[in-house]
Amino acid sequence: MTFLDDFLIRAALAGVGVAVAAAPLGCFVVWRRMAYFGDATAHAAILGVALSLALSLPVTVGALAVAVIMAFAVSQLSHRGMALDTGLGVLAHSALALGLVAVSFVQGVRVDLGAYLFGDILAVTKSDLAVIWLGGLAVVALVAWRWSALLTATLSPDLAHASGFNPKREGMVLTLALAVVVAVAIKVVGVLLIGAMLLIPPAAARPLARTPEAMAVLAGVIGITAAITGLWAAFAFDSPTGPSMVSAAALLFVGIGVITRLKHA
Amino acid sequence: MALIKATGLGVSFGETLVLNDVDMTISAGEIVTIVGPNGSGKSTLLRCLVGAMTPDRGRVDRAPDLKIGYVPQKLMIDPTLPLTVGRFLNLPRKTDRKTAQAALDQAGAGALWDRPMSGLSGGQFQRILLARALLERPNLLVLDEPTQGLDQPGSAAFYRLIEEVRTETGCAVLMVSHELHVVMSTSDRVICLNGHVCCHGTPEVVANSSEYRALFGTGTAGALALYRHEHSHSHDHTCGHDHAREKESA
Repeated sequence: MTFLDDFLIRAALAGVGVAVAAAPLGCFVVWRRMAYFGDATAHAAILGVALSLALSLPVTVGALAVAVIMAFAVSQLSHRGMALDTGLGVLAHSALALGLVAVSFVQGVRVDLGAYLFGDILAVTKSDLAVIWLGGLAVVALVAWRWSALLTATLSPDLAHASGFNPKREGMVLTLALAVVVAVAIKVVGVLLIGAMLLIPPAAARPLARTPEAMAVLAGVIGITAAITGLWAAFAFDSPTGPSMVSAAALLFVGIGVITRLKHA
Repeated sequence: MALIKATGLGVSFGETLVLNDVDMTISAGEIVTIVGPNGSGKSTLLRCLVGAMTPDRGRVDRAPDLKIGYVPQKLMIDPTLPLTVGRFLNLPRKTDRKTAQAALDQAGAGALWDRPMSGLSGGQFQRILLARALLERPNLLVLDEPTQGLDQPGSAAFYRLIEEVRTETGCAVLMVSHELHVVMSTSDRVICLNGHVCCHGTPEVVANSSEYRALFGTGTAGALALYRHEHSHSHDHTCGHDHAREKESA
């Protein structure tokens, strides 16, 4: 596959992969008001990066393990009905700080922290690409398979029960999917901006959508557009790639918002 | 045979005994209403009956052919979730347009198919929830305070609708309410709950029972009565409620 030898092509495919995986999941993050939940999981992943470096494991493995543990810890917390906002905030920031401290203790490796905080999409290898697309497609398949049950549980846990679904189990599906997206997206946008890729495309798609499915598809289109535009901008203006992608998504959010406002005015 | 039979249900939340030794049955085709003051365990009982919650004590037997159509008390539809009435009726299972439209017509909301859920009035919203429940082809319709937030004519119309639905489909109806006066006229059987079953029977029997009067006062004229009741009534069985304490706080 010679065309994958071009690092720009690999970068574009990696960005598109993350955008595709993040779109349907991001919709649920928005509908269920789980934005902070996503951040806490993503920030904890830096701790997994530190572990991976210390144990000489692939970064994705450590990040996935810690993200899964964190995601389930947080969802347990939310079932207990703690003051969620504060609890999640404490967890998210402490996980990030702990992770950064842990990375600094890893001996013998010169770690480019920036690559894990903001992503290093131009250094994506063929095997990274395989991990991103396998993980991404697994998440899309999982969310698509549980779609109706997830939607019902989002509207009303009691309604889900009465329809024969267990809303807690559906919540776990989302938790697991979130951990996978975090793990595969580190290379692309870094732990600090994964939350943005989950949140901004669905938020931008909202005014254009009349059904949940349309919103998920539009979020995917917007995410892909942002990824490719951001990559182009990074190349043209020599700006950091991950932040450029998120900036492109933010511009799309504002643009769509303004245009729909004007149309309705 | 009974659709649902509950025996000796008990539920505690921490130290608080919410339900104590509750027995009840629902048979095919009847309209049963659970009434009781706030915090009397009505919603908890309902959730145990439909299986959304496992009671700490006692058992719930459900008929093998039981098919519940559930109308929740409220739905939290986040404004970021775009949902038309038509799409909502296809949750959680796909239904063909004709069947869905028929259910919508039956619930008196036939013209709302394309409307976004977020723009509906309270009464329209309840009718959509009812239509969705009817799509499950239930033999038991369960409604948790279905007319909360509706004005009096609105809720009276809604209860009439429930009665019509029962006549047309033959399904049993179980609902929770504290709009006693309206409920009394549409129910076959009323269960008066205050942690335990205070009294039960036909609306006439319940309305004239001393336990019911003790809870809701002699008039059945709604909310005011709730504040006039006294809790020093006696029971022929023991109950876990501290009636004296309630009286002080009332």
